[in-house]
Amino acid sequence: MSTQKVLMGNHALSWGAVTSRVQVISAYPITPQTQVVELLSEMCTDGTLDAEFIKVESEHSAMAACIGASAAGARTFTATSAQGLALMHEMLHWAVGGRLPVVMGNINRAMAPPWTIWTEQTDSLSQRDTGWLQVYASSNQEVYDSVLMAYKIAENRKVSLPMMIVLDAFFLSHTSENVIMIDQNKADAYLPKYDPEFKLDVKNPHTFGGLTTPDWYMELRYNIQKGMDDSYQVIRDAQSEFKSVFGRDYGMVEEYKCEDADVILVGMATAASTGKESIDILRNKGVKAGLLRIRYFRPFPFEDVRRVLKNAKQILVLDRNLSPGLGGITFQEVKSAMYNEKNKPPIYGFIMGLGGRDITVESITNLFEHAKKNDPQDIIWMEVKK
Amino acid sequence: MYNENIFHYLRTNKLPHIWCPGCAHGIITASILRGIDKLKLDKNKTSVISGIGCSGRTPGYLDMNTLHTTHGRSLTFATGIKFANPKLTVIDVMGDGDALAIGGNHFIHACRRNIDITAIIFNNNIYGMTGGQYSPTTPVNAYASTAPYGNVEPPFDIVKLATGAGATFVARGDAFHVALMDKIIEQAISHKGFSVVEIMATCPTQFGRRNKMKEPYQMLDFVANMAVSIKKWNEISEEEKEGKFPVGVFVDETRSEYCESYEENILKKVQRGEK
Repeated sequence: MSTQKVLMGNHALSWGAVTSRVQVISAYPITPQTQVVELLSEMCTDGTLDAEFIKVESEHSAMAACIGASAAGARTFTATSAQGLALMHEMLHWAVGGRLPVVMGNINRAMAPPWTIWTEQTDSLSQRDTGWLQVYASSNQEVYDSVLMAYKIAENRKVSLPMMIVLDAFFLSHTSENVIMIDQNKADAYLPKYDPEFKLDVKNPHTFGGLTTPDWYMELRYNIQKGMDDSYQVIRDAQSEFKSVFGRDYGMVEEYKCEDADVILVGMATAASTGKESIDILRNKGVKAGLLRIRYFRPFPFEDVRRVLKNAKQILVLDRNLSPGLGGITFQEVKSAMYNEKNKPPIYGFIMGLGGRDITVESITNLFEHAKKNDPQDIIWMEVKK
Repeated sequence: MYNENIFHYLRTNKLPHIWCPGCAHGIITASILRGIDKLKLDKNKTSVISGIGCSGRTPGYLDMNTLHTTHGRSLTFATGIKFANPKLTVIDVMGDGDALAIGGNHFIHACRRNIDITAIIFNNNIYGMTGGQYSPTTPVNAYASTAPYGNVEPPFDIVKLATGAGATFVARGDAFHVALMDKIIEQAISHKGFSVVEIMATCPTQFGRRNKMKEPYQMLDFVANMAVSIKKWNEISEEEKEGKFPVGVFVDETRSEYCESYEENILKKVQRGEK
């Protein structure tokens, strides 16, 4: 029988790094992420994990240290949140341009000011154009499993891009759940040692990040997009191998009662898992409701989204994030995914739960009520104090 | 020491504060307010800035022009404020991780420019708010959540750092010797130029509990015992100096202040059409 541990989301990330045998960790404290690297720093010292832990003076330096270590051929890990991620922004681009498969946990926390520590997705979604793969989790098991898969995907030479595992502040980061642990031998067989195509090597020197003129810059960007294009198959392969070895089945999206659904709610992270209960309630009342949880935001799962949504009569998108001047960020992506489809179901863009406000089962059933009575709109604010 | 007047500068509806029992931040904040009161500063012409960490909460309680900025960058915001409106008295409160790790670069350059800002570093030797990670002032061998076997990194000496970087007023006090702290802070605020005041503070919750000083009085004892007057410091042996710090005013000199220098050497030349 497999070992189980009761882990909070933060420690599920730490254990994911242990199971993946990361070699270098560099991080800076920030609430609500700190516990991730606290546990890792302890494990590096007591020998649980054979890795170097570098404590630095800012998140910018943390990512820079990861980039250096990754360029030297080490499997590297870091974690951060909100302001810390924003401070890393310059380095996030660097990791992508250097084609370095750094893996990072980001705990979704709302951006300041005003200062806050509660959950919202705007921090990580603001980084969507950097070229990092992004996967959003809704349980601690998923957090833990995602770390191992992340290295498998990111280090694949067809991809060679960094990857972010994203989880909600407090709802996952500080909430304890049962997590089935992966046997280390099986993990090692699933995820072999990192073998980079290029690395800093005294015997065969290379340069990362040299000056490039207009002659070649565009081709390098083309290659990054090619890496993203190829990553779809790499992700599917990593997930199906994971299922055959460990039994747990992950897709780029999770579908819940979508097959015959007239109205489909699209969401991410824990709010989407709460939504399943709302779907059950609605189904009991005879509403043909379904739920599509987007796991991968980058690369965006266009095929899955189109396949699941094309026969719906209404699409409701729930965004716990805001791009001011536009609206919900998931809404934007879902709408663009559907634009060239023959059947274009009306799409409702709901904004809810910003700054960590609770999204309850009832709040989600209310979205369906709203859509029943109203025409679609790009931005529909729910539960806002007037 | 008790001074009713400080309530004039407080947003009393924001009290009680959220600092832990035994935290020295309230003691330092009251000292700053007594200094402001003694200097009869107009609270509408006084600006208090902070970064992130436990010290970052300070401006929230002060009924003045206040800004709670990002981690480590408070001096850059403060520089903008002072430069845009040199008539304001600008006080920047920072923590040790805030001022010296993530904000270390801004700190040394503010010292170098000698802009008329008072920087007060609440040095509790630890990242308190995020859960007790070691900071650039955590003593060697002290325990922290990221140093479960003791810290191996040598700490900064804030006084030497500020002096080397060019601050024109540099002082150190501690949260136990309040009379000295009051005097230093008042002097620092009235000094023309960049003033740095390190206050050795207490954090029983995150530092004390990991270092056999979980009771607030033990931590206050700890900082009180670390503090040695400059006069006595010059008389004791190197061995006796181990683990102790001199307190008092180390640097108090006059050098051209940044805003004035800009006015004199750039703005006036532009007005006269010189190049």
